[in-house]
Amino acid sequence: MTDITINTNTEAGDNITAENHLVNEFVVRFANTNGTGSASANNMFAKAILRMGIPVSAKNIFPSNIQGMPTWYEVRISEKNYLGRRGGKSELVVAMNAQSIDEDIDSVKTGGYLLYDSSRALQESQMRADINFIGMPISTICLKEYSDPRQRQLFKNVIYVGALAALLNMDFTLLKGLVRDQFKGKEKLITPNVYALELGYQYAKEHVLCPLSIRVETRDLVNNRILVDGNTATGLGAVFGGATVVGWYPITPSTSVIEKFASYCHRLRIDPATGKKNYAIVQVEDELAAIGVAIGAGWNGARAFTATSGPGVSLMTEFLGLAYFTEIPMVLVNVQRSGPSTGMPTRTQQSDIIACAYASHGDTKQVLLFPESPTECFELTAQAFDIAEQLQTPIIVMSDLDLGMNDHLTEEFSWQDDKAYQKGKVLSAKQLDEVEVFGRYLDVDDDGICYRTLPGTHPNKGAYFNRGTSRNHFAGYTEKSADYVDNMDRLSKKLVNAINFLPVPEIKQGKKNAQLGLIFFGTTSHPIVEAVEQLKEQGLIADSLRIKAFPFHQNIEKFIEEHSLNNKQVFIIEQNRDAQMKSLIVNELQIDPNKLASILQFDGLPVTSDFIVEAVLTQLANNQKNKKTG
Amino acid sequence: MSFIKSKFRHPRLPVNDLGLTYRDYEGALSTLCAGCGHDSITSAIVQSCHELSIEPSNVAKLSGIGCSSKAPNYFLNKAHGFNSVHGRMPSVATGANLANQELLYLAMSGDGDSASIGFGQFAHVVRRQLNMVYMVANNGVYGLTKGQLAATADKGVKNKAGDLSLFTDIDLCVMALQLGASFVARSFSGDKQQLVPLLKAAMSHKGFAFIDIISPCVTFNNHAGSTRSYDYVHDHVTTGAVADFVPIKTEITSSGESGECGDVCLHDGSIMRIQKLMPEYDSTNASQAIMDIEKNKQEGKILTGLFYLEPTANDFHEINNTNDTPLNKLNQDTLCPGNRVLTGINDSFR
Repeated sequence: MTDITINTNTEAGDNITAENHLVNEFVVRFANTNGTGSASANNMFAKAILRMGIPVSAKNIFPSNIQGMPTWYEVRISEKNYLGRRGGKSELVVAMNAQSIDEDIDSVKTGGYLLYDSSRALQESQMRADINFIGMPISTICLKEYSDPRQRQLFKNVIYVGALAALLNMDFTLLKGLVRDQFKGKEKLITPNVYALELGYQYAKEHVLCPLSIRVETRDLVNNRILVDGNTATGLGAVFGGATVVGWYPITPSTSVIEKFASYCHRLRIDPATGKKNYAIVQVEDELAAIGVAIGAGWNGARAFTATSGPGVSLMTEFLGLAYFTEIPMVLVNVQRSGPSTGMPTRTQQSDIIACAYASHGDTKQVLLFPESPTECFELTAQAFDIAEQLQTPIIVMSDLDLGMNDHLTEEFSWQDDKAYQKGKVLSAKQLDEVEVFGRYLDVDDDGICYRTLPGTHPNKGAYFNRGTSRNHFAGYTEKSADYVDNMDRLSKKLVNAINFLPVPEIKQGKKNAQLGLIFFGTTSHPIVEAVEQLKEQGLIADSLRIKAFPFHQNIEKFIEEHSLNNKQVFIIEQNRDAQMKSLIVNELQIDPNKLASILQFDGLPVTSDFIVEAVLTQLANNQKNKKTG
Repeated sequence: MSFIKSKFRHPRLPVNDLGLTYRDYEGALSTLCAGCGHDSITSAIVQSCHELSIEPSNVAKLSGIGCSSKAPNYFLNKAHGFNSVHGRMPSVATGANLANQELLYLAMSGDGDSASIGFGQFAHVVRRQLNMVYMVANNGVYGLTKGQLAATADKGVKNKAGDLSLFTDIDLCVMALQLGASFVARSFSGDKQQLVPLLKAAMSHKGFAFIDIISPCVTFNNHAGSTRSYDYVHDHVTTGAVADFVPIKTEITSSGESGECGDVCLHDGSIMRIQKLMPEYDSTNASQAIMDIEKNKQEGKILTGLFYLEPTANDFHEINNTNDTPLNKLNQDTLCPGNRVLTGINDSFR
């Protein structure tokens, strides 16, 4: 049996050919069975590329299941720094799952490669003529080399990573060094892992003409960037932001936010003198209790937060209304996933925009932050605690599954040590002595933000009854219409002033007159870099605006106005079905909806540049047609 | 009923160790119905806090929604209060307590609030051993929505409108005992002699203290046939032991006849002096307490008094190993690891 079938009769053009080497610009897709330890091997592969100085991004496309279902891991290697999901077929597919093999064969780009476990031969009908098959009897090798069934399973993954090192011309010494780093403290594991890498490497060297036409070359393009997922960054941001109290309930994809917070606290928040914790985390009975804990702690002056996803947000909405109305600072991290209901719990979406912006019954409005990268997850989560205390209201950090759970190449974390926490308007005992009259809801500064007091501050002054019922300036219960309206108007004023505390939109404008304006937020920024370049190749200049917060900054309105003039077109790109951000913009800024063309991708996978570019071109063509006919 | 509370204070009102009178522990004027059992509870709380010389501003009052949950407004107006959402007070109390373990947390709930909409939160706050006093004003009926039966109403009784209670009733004391509360008692709003010592002991206890207080609803559940009316409770109430509270500074004298009396030392050094009335009574045995409650119920009696007390139980913060300094008082230097730490963290992602 020949394991290796290299087809040379592939078509030219966009496709890979033996003569046309593809260096540092391709996608490797791993098809595995979940629960077999493949994720850490695949991650090792991505990290090795990173250490070679080549920009890389990784997407884990996994099922809502613990063991036995197909799972994929896509590594995009791009020295052009295109780090969004590329979409389309992959140059190299590592097919390790018999369940999905047909689909995986189909996912190889013409002229590309399929590395598969040839311990079980493929059928003739499966042998696509336009791709190259690299068979490697991985199971047979493992059966021979290892006696423990778990090892036989685990080392399969390491073996194919070793083979990839040979096939793609990776720095093998560096890869072995990575294994040593990863298992630091567990030295016993280093030798068998390195041995497995060697097995794969040597097999490929002996049986295949290495390297392939797709390959990597060492570069120095990573600079200060790190490869990390957003949830880790969010958890770390909460530590730096001074969070001490957490109530939480596990839900994918937010779980690791709290797990990472807990592990960083364990490292960084133990009192050195006593060994006691400077934090308290409670895994509570449900999401209602999770946010209740954060609200109770926020009322009592601790920085508190919780993290959840769509279904959890639904459960939390009553409490979000209470926190808005009673003006309690707290932070909620919403790592969005595909809804509605349980939806696709392990797939990404940006579909909780409206549910969060207006969370709860009655007239409510919540403050939202939209991080685009792990760096911003870190920064905005830390900042959210300041803003929450300054505005005395919940702050919702709107992450998503792609951002939260996938590794992204991102600017390294940094912190300004001289920047003090902003605790907002909280009166001390001394200040209470100085004020003549204290009213919890007296708008003393005419900015809608009143002074609050914490329980236990002063023996005689400053106590008030915090209540979800209507109240007067002194927190007394009232059903007087004038008092109620006064309070609601003040809350409205506070949310208008909120803009002064929030990050401003990021606008990228070229010197040349742009024909297009692209508005987006969160993880959509990853494919935008590439989309803008692709559009430029088509002769279209696009300016872009990234929304970073809600309530909206006035610059958004200005950008839309400027990019709607003279046959220009504004697009809003969102990862949901119903154009939720567009609706919010139209509603809040009183924009004519016809000025905004929506690009909506909601299939659960991160939006791609191809999708954006195609949608832009189609819309522009339609505009042309309408102009001619109209 | 007068709607203006008199500000007059008699100059010779007795003062406590803090120099405060009973009036310093009062709250706003009650808007509950005249004769409501909840007002008697309020008054017992005021008396207990005054006699224990608790600094009013060191108390945090918490409640959910319902008639019961209005009550915190009517005591300790120098204390901060938090009237939360229906059935969710336990989680708010948890967060508040986690943020500052130095305050005394007095929580007031009702049968709807704790046995129905907030049953889950009730169960879990008990498990958590939060250091708080959790009171349920139990009248077997929904007052604010005008007379629907509560889950604590005895199966088979009728409400004022004649609707039958069809399903198994929930006994919150039995639940609290099963879920590991370290202080469980039941009392009657009409029996201050029993209620005040229990409240004082609960306030002195470190850990989760639960008191179910039968508190008749004069408007919707005081009719013949109700098992939560004043008359019915008066006629059917019984107790396994008389518990008296002896404050810290009182000199302890011998407890008298052996076997009948026992002293339990509370966390703060005060004493719970228990005089047994039923031979099987044992305040250290939660399973026995559950059996006693059930047995009396079968006999048509409402068992009250201290059911269970575990004075050395660990509270949440001991279990969590939280720093003694309240979390809300830690400063940025303690909380923020600083930029230097980030270098190592960044390197772990390369």
